[in-house]
Amino acid sequence: MSPLRIHVEGIGLWSKQLGNFAALQALLAGHATEPPSPKPAATTLPPNERRRAPESVLLAAEVAGQAVAMSGRAADSLTCVFSSSHGDQAITDYMCATLASAPKELSPIRFHNSVHNAPAGYWTIATGCHEPSTAVCAQRMSFGAGLLEAISHALADRCPVLLVCSDIAGVFPLVEETGCTQSFGCALVLTPELSENTLASLDVMLAPIQGSTDHALPEPLVGWRAANASAEALPLLAALARGHGHCELKAAASLGLRIQLQAAAVQPDHAPSRTAEQVA
Amino acid sequence: MPDPMTPLAVTAYTATSAIGHGLAAQFDALQAARSGLRPNDFSSAPLDCWIGRVAGVEDAPLPADLSVWECRNNRLAWLGLNQDGFLDRVRAARERYGAHRIALMLGTSTASIGETEAAYRRLDADGGFPDDMRRPAIHAPHSLAAFVTAALELEGPCLTISTACSSSAKVFANAERLIRLGLVDAAVVGGVDTLCDSVLFGFNALELVSPQPCRPFDATRNGISIGEAAGFALLERIDAAPAALRLLGYGEASDAHHMSTPHPDGLGAELALRDTLARAGIDADRVDYINLHGTASQKNDEVEAALVSRAFPARTRGSSTKGFTGHTLGAAGIIEATIALQAIEHGLIPGNLGGATPDSGCGPQFAWTNEQQRVDVALSNSFGFGGNNACLAFARAEFAA
Repeated sequence: MSPLRIHVEGIGLWSKQLGNFAALQALLAGHATEPPSPKPAATTLPPNERRRAPESVLLAAEVAGQAVAMSGRAADSLTCVFSSSHGDQAITDYMCATLASAPKELSPIRFHNSVHNAPAGYWTIATGCHEPSTAVCAQRMSFGAGLLEAISHALADRCPVLLVCSDIAGVFPLVEETGCTQSFGCALVLTPELSENTLASLDVMLAPIQGSTDHALPEPLVGWRAANASAEALPLLAALARGHGHCELKAAASLGLRIQLQAAAVQPDHAPSRTAEQVA
Repeated sequence: MPDPMTPLAVTAYTATSAIGHGLAAQFDALQAARSGLRPNDFSSAPLDCWIGRVAGVEDAPLPADLSVWECRNNRLAWLGLNQDGFLDRVRAARERYGAHRIALMLGTSTASIGETEAAYRRLDADGGFPDDMRRPAIHAPHSLAAFVTAALELEGPCLTISTACSSSAKVFANAERLIRLGLVDAAVVGGVDTLCDSVLFGFNALELVSPQPCRPFDATRNGISIGEAAGFALLERIDAAPAALRLLGYGEASDAHHMSTPHPDGLGAELALRDTLARAGIDADRVDYINLHGTASQKNDEVEAALVSRAFPARTRGSSTKGFTGHTLGAAGIIEATIALQAIEHGLIPGNLGGATPDSGCGPQFAWTNEQQRVDVALSNSFGFGGNNACLAFARAEFAA
């Protein structure tokens, strides 16, 4: 079957070491990078929401905001897919600890913030977005499976889609189970049609995995991927940063997304090729 | 608005909840207007409320080859999969299409969090999980779908949808997109949620839990009753089963209003409804029955009753069946989809159990007691926290939009 063609108009990224996609490009080009402020700014959220929002929401809103700003699209026009392997691990830890000691003292706010779709909820409220929104997960495959969901929505309904995949660092004792020791989040604005804002085009094949999907990633990216399931996106993000390449991401245990980046010949003549630095 | 979609065949479906294991038990309870709610005997500390607890989950361990997935939620999933010949239907589809050509899309709000709660109740002296609780695959929101994909030996796209109480309605939309694009030939959809302290004490903290059996759309309603359930459906293209019941349409929309209260004008719910009718290619007056979200919370029922009044003619029938099953949260979408399918199959409009004194906001559409009539088109509403709305439309094979 022919590959699925999807276009990328915006890219967001945040970790303790890199504050946006431009920083990843700089890192991969061998330049020194400055770490961002310790907490994601998440400026898309109004100040009162930002104060109330848990860390998982701040991280998701930060990378979502970056990607949408880069795309130049209105946030309320985007269908959104929020993926996360573990949701808000700090809230899960709080909930389980409180339920074990004083269940009737459980905080109502923390409970409603504990739902897996809290980032989708805060985001659609902050942006006034009435489009479909979803929250998904698939363990270590949360990025690949979320990407497949985002691509299928964009192509089936011919609509632009915001994909966010993020996980905050876990806390003891839960972190011993999740193995998620660093925060990492990324976001893509994906469109079914080529536009003057297209940064790259992806040809995507869904096929059973043959052999290993392990990609040679430069340090420190290898370690980040091990420390956060959402960082399984790094092979694709690295290809996007370089402007060329291919990768295979797991969409399910034995199913892969083979992605070929089509950088050349997709830019319309009137639009000069833009780098992330120019639009960030 | 979207173009009308090509309907899909619902070639198998099944439901297990507090009103019984499998479709026959569910239909029997609906016909007899028999609630499955009982006083709470589940939570780890006392909580004065009623619950929809599935009988026999404790006595149904997983088979030895699946025992690594043991937890209440996966037990309920397995119990559900073993009803109505569902496993055989999936096996036949696997042989016909190939394991990697069948998607698995499952909704859950809390998956196996009950197991994580249990680990926290007996942490080691050093504060860590006890050795027998060191089970990373269980302490994760994907544990349900990971278990079911192993149990069904599927190798296609596998995704957990966790949008609170709309989760297992939205799975139909995920599956339809994958089938429409030719990425798969069939999909197993469904959802499972089990009782756990997180939801019992969580909804209690929000003051949304009733001390009595829930009374959807009743003037004196005072909150929800939480339940647990497992439900599944198999979706294929209609040429595979031309006589089967059909998924006619679906819709999804966001309220953009509040994390835990619905939009006061039901904006997202109405957008999801309009999206559904457009995909189904029908006007509201073609709808015979709506299984309402009807949780028995003050706000949901007020907003949803107003939507029914303004969007549907008097002849359309509507009811909530939460008085039977309780609010099964992430499983509510699929359970109520199966009730909508049974309404078509058996010509039974289930009465709105618990609504003895109807709220004045409810219009003539409400079926307060059981009614027998032919149902060609049935909808099911599912709304979740975060303002996440979904609606499904089903029809009999002979229905022409």
